[in-house]
Amino acid sequence: MAAKSKMERRKFLKGGMLAGAAAIAQPKAVMAQQSPSASEEAEVLITDSCGSDYMVDVIKSLGFEYVCANPGSSFRGMQESIINYGGNRNPEFITNCHEESSVAMAHGYFKIEGKPMAVLAHGTVGLQHASMAIYNAWCDRVPVYIMAGNYVDAAIRRPAEWYHGVQDCAGIVRDFTKWDDQPASLIHFGESAVRAYKIAMTPPMAPVLVVLDAGLQEGPNESRTKLSIPKLTVPAPPQGEAGAVNELARLLVAAENPVLVADRLARTTAAMPLLIELAETLQAAVIDQGGRMNFPSHHPLNQTQRAAAAVGEADLVVGLEVADFWATVNALRDQVHRSTRKLTKPGAKLATITSGDLYIKANYQDFRRLAEVDLAIAADGEVTLPALIEAVKRLATGDRQRLFQQRGAKLAEASRTTRERMRQAATYAWDANPVSTARVAAELWAVIKNEDWSLVSNYYSEAGIWPRRLWDFNKPYQWPGHAGGGGIGYGAPSSVGAALANKKYGRFSVSLQTDGDLMYAPGVLWTAAHHRIPLLSVMLNNRGYHQEIMHVQRMCNERNRGVDRGTMGSTLTDPHIDFAKIAQGMGLHAEGPITDPKDLGPALRRAAAAVKRGEPALVDIVTQAR
Amino acid sequence: MMKRILSTVAGFVVIGVANAPAQQPASSAPAGNAKAGQALFMKIGCYECHGNEGQGGAAGPRIGRSPMLAFRNFITYIRAPRGEMPPYSAKVIPEKDVADIYAYLASLPPAPAVESIPLLKPDR
Ligand code: HEC
Repeated sequence: MAAKSKMERRKFLKGGMLAGAAAIAQPKAVMAQQSPSASEEAEVLITDSCGSDYMVDVIKSLGFEYVCANPGSSFRGMQESIINYGGNRNPEFITNCHEESSVAMAHGYFKIEGKPMAVLAHGTVGLQHASMAIYNAWCDRVPVYIMAGNYVDAAIRRPAEWYHGVQDCAGIVRDFTKWDDQPASLIHFGESAVRAYKIAMTPPMAPVLVVLDAGLQEGPNESRTKLSIPKLTVPAPPQGEAGAVNELARLLVAAENPVLVADRLARTTAAMPLLIELAETLQAAVIDQGGRMNFPSHHPLNQTQRAAAAVGEADLVVGLEVADFWATVNALRDQVHRSTRKLTKPGAKLATITSGDLYIKANYQDFRRLAEVDLAIAADGEVTLPALIEAVKRLATGDRQRLFQQRGAKLAEASRTTRERMRQAATYAWDANPVSTARVAAELWAVIKNEDWSLVSNYYSEAGIWPRRLWDFNKPYQWPGHAGGGGIGYGAPSSVGAALANKKYGRFSVSLQTDGDLMYAPGVLWTAAHHRIPLLSVMLNNRGYHQEIMHVQRMCNERNRGVDRGTMGSTLTDPHIDFAKIAQGMGLHAEGPITDPKDLGPALRRAAAAVKRGEPALVDIVTQAR
Repeated sequence: MMKRILSTVAGFVVIGVANAPAQQPASSAPAGNAKAGQALFMKIGCYECHGNEGQGGAAGPRIGRSPMLAFRNFITYIRAPRGEMPPYSAKVIPEKDVADIYAYLASLPPAPAVESIPLLKPDR
């Protein structure tokens, strides 16, 4: 013990000396106050030289606006540097009540802002809490920049730092992060921090983890000269090989009914205009699977709402960053005996462009079933589009163009009648109580359509969901896409993260918030209130984990021994959860539960007014199951 | 014969054609009790996928009025679905119960005309 404290004292003295004259002067003054008889050997209690200041310099150079965290002692040095040395600006510290919320906020933020948010977590307990949300980001190919605190040196651990210390911190999340490191020096930190950013941002993008040794954070910056900050150059994403791109263009121009399927295509705001250009040049059908906001929902070539028919008619289906291409062209029937069938007609050709072919891991199975395709281009979809468009334009002769125009007219008519059918379908159960989900979408649309709106929730994400049937989505930030890994609990925090990104643009963020999702970590509502993040959360409260109810119902039916207990174990009733009260308790404007559709419009308008004042608001609507 | 083409792709249901001519319940439908049928519709889970009024949604098509399948086709389908719907055997839901459910769906008032709902006006 005595040996240890002597060693530490020497270390701090040295740090003080290295930090320069000013740094030495200050500790001496304090020593004198505390102990008039302080000798040369007296303990140094204050230092202005710490490793985490340099870490903040590096983090600032990477351009982070925010760092989300549930505070934890293993990064206390870093936290202090962020708020005092860094002035709590770029990054600004965002307080979360759960690490899953921190990571999911960063996930949602990226979907809108197109750049990563930083997250701080305890390397042990924090990272374990965060792991589900990291998995979602991994499956969704979204970069999240995680820094985890750890006490590497056993000789300096306080009792709590033993169970907050870990030998291989990243081990728990290594299967679903792209890269990690535990730097042993500040120079090492600088390089790894910049490298991590670079790796995270190179398609296929994914979360990364840098472990911050607490000794390194809290110890002195021992460098004799000011440490330099490594330069960040994010690599240009890989473009498709020219020969293969030309071959795909040839197939597209020759096809009678080509279908372009986009999923995680729109990595940046540049993608949507490119996909529009490609589709219009070919007058080809587009199916937007919604992993990102790829294509305007009301564009005449958009066939998303009649996807099965479009795929069935196709003689060429091209997957553009499609996560599950197999399930795009095949169906698996969920009955006692699972069977599969092709959705395409015989002879239809299949092609893909995806960075998913460039990088894959083995353990978690999110790579999906192997699709047997005729042409696979391992490249980033978005940056490959310009070359593909050029090649298509070169090959599209007058004859083909006439055919394209006829095809386009047919598709426009098909999408017009489909939209008509959707409006018609929304009339059924229009006045029902509990409220139909179509009615919620229509009422909400009336409130937001004249705003610069952004639907920030994933709300299951399927194309069959009402907003995507009824609303006019035409801007890249109007739809953020899926959770990725299907981990429930993503919706609430990712919506808050996306709304935070929208805030500086003055956009009106709205989320369709489900009850089961919010119950995972409702504390993120407090985060929204505390940090004044404007967001209208409209609850689709069906009082249960309804997806699971349908699964259990299926089992009941298959086993044929009673079909009236399918809800047992999966409902959120008795007592009913009062979400308005929960939200009010966290400082939000909140109303509900609303069951009568007539009450919906006025409640939504009152809540929207609160959002326009810059606050989060919540309206709890008791809805039908789906 | 199925009147509507139903298929699923990538997990969502493509809803049936709405403006097909409304079919009245076939006269061969056994008499059923609509009120009992409504309770059954909730109790045995039809609402889970088809909505409380059979209006359809993300997990199942509309099975309520306009148009409604003839009773024979209705019961044949639920006994042996050809798609994703889970089967309901005669053991767990006898024909009389199916008739009640059918009567419930047939008793629902028609949906309001789309033109009468300002919120559903096309944007442009
Ligand atoms: C787990 C979801 C689920 C449940 C529960 C369910 N259905 Fe279905 N149903 C479907 C789906 C999906 C279809 C579309 C065809 C298919 O994929 O089988 C369908 C189709 C039907 C059809 C054929 C519609 C047509 O126009 O061809 C009828 C009739 C029907 N369901 C009645 C019922 C009744 C009555 C119940 C309750 C006893 C019920 N369903 C419960 C999912 C469900």
